[in-house]
Amino acid sequence: MGLFSKFIAKIKGTNDFSPADWAELEQELLSSDVGPRLAQQFLEAAKKVKSENAEEALLEILTKSLSSNSHEPILGEATTTIMVVGVNGTGKTTSVAKLASYYKRNGKSVVLAAGDTFRAAAVDQLMTWGDRIGVAVISGKVNGDPASVAFDGAKNAQNSNSDIFIIDTAGRLHNKSDLMAELSKVKRVVEKILPINEVLLVIDATTGQNGLKQAKIFTESVEVTGIVLTKLDGSAKGGVALAIEAELGIPIKWVGTGESEGDFAPFEAQSYVKGLLA
Amino acid sequence: MFESLTSRFSGAFSSLRAKGKISTSDIESTCQEIRQALLESDVALSVVEDFIADVHEKSLAALPTLQAGTNQANAIFEIVNASLVEILGGQARRVRFAKNPPTVIMLAGLQGAGKTTLAGKLAKFYADQGNTPLLVASDLQRPNAVTQLQVVGESVNVPVFAPEPGNAKTSGIYGGNPVKVAKAGVEFAKSKLYNIVIVDTAGRLGVDEDLMKQASEIRDAINPNEILFVVDAMIGQDAVKTSQAFLEGVGFDGVVLTKLDGDARGGAALSISSMTKRPIMFASTGEKPHEFDIFYPDRMASRILGLGDVATLAEQAKKAFDTDTSAKLEAKFASGEDFTLEDFLEQLQAMSKMGNMSKLLGMLPGAGQIKKQIENFDEGEIVRTKAIVQSMTPSERRDPKLLNGSRRARIALGSGRKVSDVNNLVDRFTAAQKMMKQVRNGATPTGMPPGMAMPAMPKVNAPVTKKKKSKSGNPAKRAQEEGQ
Repeated sequence: MGLFSKFIAKIKGTNDFSPADWAELEQELLSSDVGPRLAQQFLEAAKKVKSENAEEALLEILTKSLSSNSHEPILGEATTTIMVVGVNGTGKTTSVAKLASYYKRNGKSVVLAAGDTFRAAAVDQLMTWGDRIGVAVISGKVNGDPASVAFDGAKNAQNSNSDIFIIDTAGRLHNKSDLMAELSKVKRVVEKILPINEVLLVIDATTGQNGLKQAKIFTESVEVTGIVLTKLDGSAKGGVALAIEAELGIPIKWVGTGESEGDFAPFEAQSYVKGLLA
Repeated sequence: MFESLTSRFSGAFSSLRAKGKISTSDIESTCQEIRQALLESDVALSVVEDFIADVHEKSLAALPTLQAGTNQANAIFEIVNASLVEILGGQARRVRFAKNPPTVIMLAGLQGAGKTTLAGKLAKFYADQGNTPLLVASDLQRPNAVTQLQVVGESVNVPVFAPEPGNAKTSGIYGGNPVKVAKAGVEFAKSKLYNIVIVDTAGRLGVDEDLMKQASEIRDAINPNEILFVVDAMIGQDAVKTSQAFLEGVGFDGVVLTKLDGDARGGAALSISSMTKRPIMFASTGEKPHEFDIFYPDRMASRILGLGDVATLAEQAKKAFDTDTSAKLEAKFASGEDFTLEDFLEQLQAMSKMGNMSKLLGMLPGAGQIKKQIENFDEGEIVRTKAIVQSMTPSERRDPKLLNGSRRARIALGSGRKVSDVNNLVDRFTAAQKMMKQVRNGATPTGMPPGMAMPAMPKVNAPVTKKKKSKSGNPAKRAQEEGQ
């Protein structure tokens, strides 16, 4: 019997839930990366549950930690402009491609800007994706100024009257203040042409409590409006995203579950929360 | 990294140090604090429990042997330190070289852990030691991972075996099969007498059975001497499951931690080496090819405990200051010559060779307390100071007293700085020079000015000790100077 169902059985009075079981539940929560604080809150709330429908009550407790902010992607008036940011190796470029593919399939016209001018072959990676999906990719020189690439992309998106404009950026560790400054410059420069509707922070589901710091600092410099939680198809449950929502109120908007362009979907609260305890 | 862990540890120990005599309950509470600190740092619960049990047991056993009046807290501190070193893998282990070259190193890990970047760093690391490495591009999964490896290889001057384009649209003679590419790469290395082969593979999830099977097929095809599991230092509790999955799926001999230059709390490091009993062999600390080193468990333990990492600092200094320069400076100092701006320039150049200043300063003991200053250290300051010195004529560098107003104005113009910047540098240099003279004459310098021997560091008050030198070739001038 899974721990979760055991727990529910306990509440229904068909099973005993010993202190050892509570400890195990705590460990289970901790191992999903929601962090010690949220795990504690959940346990306290769970101990009070005496409802007939225990399962729903429990999911309710976890769901409450999600922010009240809308989890719907923001769409702009004319060209919806989306900037994708994050630390190295979380899957930004892949997420940009998946987003583009999602919107393309929904009948939107899409332009991409290859703003990762730093990592070797990142531009090529996005170009290859652009070919596959059939969307235009605006790129500049290797090691060029990412802001100028983004600017060119924005111009192009505006002139071609595209529905969606997505900017890929180079991965950067949030504690590098010069790189964070570069990121806000990209945003400022693009906003001279198109208002940025959405800044998506890509968080790797395997990330531990450091994800909270990433979200905090990225928000300080570019006002993150949503989270893309990637690599949820692995054994990691991505509980840190819940911790981010609970603490910073940044909603999870997209979920990545594989390497193909279709392995991507808008966030769905119920299945995410269930997954945390699966 | 490890900063918050460090500050939690120092908190726990400072309360312990405040006590003269340590009781059993003090040990209990210290253990409790360490437990919390480790949990908050993403260390797996089972690892935390084992660690605490170990420290607890050893501390209690040591308690009766502690003499009154001695520093008991230090004895406990030593126990924690030793346990940390042990959990981090004890001794540093080097890659085992094959008896018959080439030595084959296979990289494996999750997507985005940093395998391709690491492949380049590893290749550079071995090439710098006089080896002839070959990189093999077996990541045919991610679009243009092959191109990335080619670019990386080019930047470190190491050839890349990449017969497959790896963008899924076209495929080469191996039909897009990474196993065949890996095998052919090793064969190629044998025939061309490369002595190290580094095989980059696609990122894969521990739960992806097909890809894990593919990884084990690559392993069986190339029979690597070392399989390195590459893992992101920011990984959370999943470290346990994922490393277990890789251990069972492909097996690995050592761990490489990447992105250690972030502010992750490093729980992964502790969990993985403890759970898998595999040592962490390398640590990667930046995006540039040289930002990479052998992982020393004892040094990492000192860093976690806030003792600094002087050993690494000294090594980097040794690398940067070639023996000739140091010997020359030493001879100058011994013969009573004055330290000149020329010597100073050489030092600055050596310092920029050592790399990122804030990283170096972070290795000093107690660096945690000046963390903010270190983070804000302006790396450009060294460049600007160098520019000022370089704008001087040789004779001015040897004798700063020549620097009158118009010369200073010229230097300011030449270096693109303000005259006040030039004045500032000259003032601090003169003060440092004077102090060195005092040192040589046996007097204790009164309060080391912040920039001695390194007037270029106005923003950080860290005691970076450099050799103090002094000179003036001309005996007459020297007599005159000494008379001042």
